Amino acid sequence: MKKDIMICGVGGQGTVLASKIIAASAMDEGSAVHSAETIGMAQRGGSVTSHVRIGEGAYSPLIPVGGADLLIAFEPSEAVRNLRYLKKDGFVIVNRVPVKPTTLGSSEGYDGKEEIAFLQSKCDCLVVDSDALCAPFGSSKFFNVAVIGAAAGTGKLGIGADTIRNTIVRIVPERFQEKNLAAFDAGSKIGVNQYANQ
Amino acid sequence: MSKQYVMGNGAIALGALKAGVNLVAGYPGTPSSEIIETVAKYPHEGTYVEWSVNEKAAMEVAAAAAYCGARAMVTMKQVGLNVASDPLMSLAYVGVKGGMVVVSADDPGPISSQTEQDTRRFAEFARIPVFDPSSPEEAFDMVQEAFVCSEKYKTPVILRPTTRVDHAYASIDAPDTFKAKEYEGFVKDSKKWVIFPRLSYLNHAMIEKRNVEIGEEFSSCRFNTVSGDSNKAVIATGVSYAYAAEYLKDHPEIRLIKVGTPHPLPERFLLKALEGVSEALCFEELSPYIEESLLKLIGKHHLELDVRGKLTGDVPPSGENDADSARRIISRFLGMEFDETGADHAGAPQPPMRPPVLCAGCPHRASFYAVKRAMKGKKAVFCGDIGCYTLGNAMPLDMVDTCLCMGAGVTMAQGFDHMDPDAVSFAFVGDSTFFASGITGVVNAVYNAADMILCVLDNSTTAMTGHQPHPGTGRNLMATPVEKVSIEKILLAVGVEKVVTVDPLDLDAAIAAVKECAALKGVKAIIFKSPCVAITKPDKKLRVDSETCIGCLRCIKEIGCPALSVTDGKAVIDENLCTGCGLCAKLCPVNAIGGAEG
Repeated sequence: MKKDIMICGVGGQGTVLASKIIAASAMDEGSAVHSAETIGMAQRGGSVTSHVRIGEGAYSPLIPVGGADLLIAFEPSEAVRNLRYLKKDGFVIVNRVPVKPTTLGSSEGYDGKEEIAFLQSKCDCLVVDSDALCAPFGSSKFFNVAVIGAAAGTGKLGIGADTIRNTIVRIVPERFQEKNLAAFDAGSKIGVNQYANQ
Repeated sequence: MSKQYVMGNGAIALGALKAGVNLVAGYPGTPSSEIIETVAKYPHEGTYVEWSVNEKAAMEVAAAAAYCGARAMVTMKQVGLNVASDPLMSLAYVGVKGGMVVVSADDPGPISSQTEQDTRRFAEFARIPVFDPSSPEEAFDMVQEAFVCSEKYKTPVILRPTTRVDHAYASIDAPDTFKAKEYEGFVKDSKKWVIFPRLSYLNHAMIEKRNVEIGEEFSSCRFNTVSGDSNKAVIATGVSYAYAAEYLKDHPEIRLIKVGTPHPLPERFLLKALEGVSEALCFEELSPYIEESLLKLIGKHHLELDVRGKLTGDVPPSGENDADSARRIISRFLGMEFDETGADHAGAPQPPMRPPVLCAGCPHRASFYAVKRAMKGKKAVFCGDIGCYTLGNAMPLDMVDTCLCMGAGVTMAQGFDHMDPDAVSFAFVGDSTFFASGITGVVNAVYNAADMILCVLDNSTTAMTGHQPHPGTGRNLMATPVEKVSIEKILLAVGVEKVVTVDPLDLDAAIAAVKECAALKGVKAIIFKSPCVAITKPDKKLRVDSETCIGCLRCIKEIGCPALSVTDGKAVIDENLCTGCGLCAKLCPVNAIGGAEG
């Protein structure tokens, strides 16, 4: 399998764990994997991206513009910001819930709706709602695992759900495992439904 | 052996452990911090590892190990090498016995740094070898090779990764356990280990002669490669090579040259690699190091070769390269087309700006706000420093007037006082930065009778770089607990007469402390003590009662907490971000903010 996956969001949303789970799972299925993270000052509420490159032929850690098969966006405006990385027929999974910037002025009026509409008009995408999806788990912190479930469910991730569940058990601390697995399954269900509707 | 999926920094750590490193020391700094953390995490027998108070200390601790014949590695970010340059420059003359590798991580962009300096220049300046990895896999190999080179030529050797190599992940085949190598121990020889002008004179000559030999050896080094045979060549270094190689993978005929050992220049390799080449593009980051080296080589050997790169404007002078710029720049140079048909994103709404900000509930916000309130209407200058709290510059706090380098806030506050005694001079310094390079500045201010207020923002960790321990935390990488070094006792010992410790989240007490200190002469210190929210459990979350909220938005306009935003003209709190610090509730004029359950 050869697949370039870009994960984007806002610092603090848990994109790094999402990319780690995808990378580890792809490796478990025998693929070569390279990935890259945003670490440092930008993690404090700035725009962050993770590049996950599955398969041979990825010389560099960064996905070229127009090269991503899949864009997983934790936030609507971040999906738009990084859309140029998506392939022509690439797939987008995007969270509907916006993270408003702290600075007043620029945050006024931003609610993510225009961004979601734009994405839907331009590409094949699955819109998910982190608030609704994570409500049973008590915190939107579980969205990072839920959204991987959604990606796996659509089949666009190209990695088996069981492989990912095993990874979660391996790398997530034991006391959070149950909720993370449930979040993964909840996301997966949405992904499967979307895929079935197509 | 097993496959480890690690960051480039992890690969460097595993490479050093595989090389039997005996001692590893360093100071945290993005993008280098995970090297030491990885060394500490893997099972290792006989390897001593420490977070030092700063890079100079780390370099000297490591130098002693290398004098003993042990293998030593010291890690830092590029600006850390400035701090450690004093011991490094002299060590380059004295030399080492055991292998010593200096890892100095550069940060093109810059992404998390003050400068875009190029450590290859430092290697040339110090007249020592440097390895420049293009991937985590290569970094793993290079660090081992660097130890061999260091021991063979008895010189410290630099490994210069960049952010994209440090923070890229790859699979590394590494042993499951590591054992440090045997070493002889220190053998006294003052003619060898005590630097004197005579020794430096003799060693300088030896070093220049030796560097020619190393350049010759590097000419056969596996890290310098050439592929293709076109008469237009692309010369790339570091991660830029990876971008170039990926773009050119369908064009094996294009001559692609990688220089993995930039200093001493592998001249014979380059002369051979450039045979039949009429035009060469140097695709590198930070400074035009290879480009300039090539121009010298052309002059020396009277070559007919057109060199393109940063100096000719073909490659941007600043910022990082990436897969995209590689395609654009290299295709233009080669006169090739490339397929750029990505997803249609024309007409996209402009995404909001997201400058980095202090976390929701960060106690630094409260400290800055207390000083701001106490100094309202008074003339004051606020000197910042390096750490999360540099972000106190952002609106609406706007409490960082200067930021220069580690520890500079303290000494600059003193300088401002001498130039403008009517203004109250403040220095904000974090606890780790205080230990790293703040103390000397305080002594200088006391000695020179300055009037200033030192604000130590003590959150009991090194937050920005990933929560490393420091002398005030009561733990180190080899043992826990250890004796906590008291900031308060240090300040009292060096002659600061007024030292107040206050919880910044107790806003009234914090404001009163600032006002009290501002009324006194001399050097005063306020230790704002409250732990980093990223390593503590959040308190009861707060909620805005929308019935009571009058929409004045004072909470948003004054403190800029990322958990606060506006919906329908009223403030709302994102419960996922709120830590319950209560600062916003203290400034709400109508008491609309309270406990979520209440």
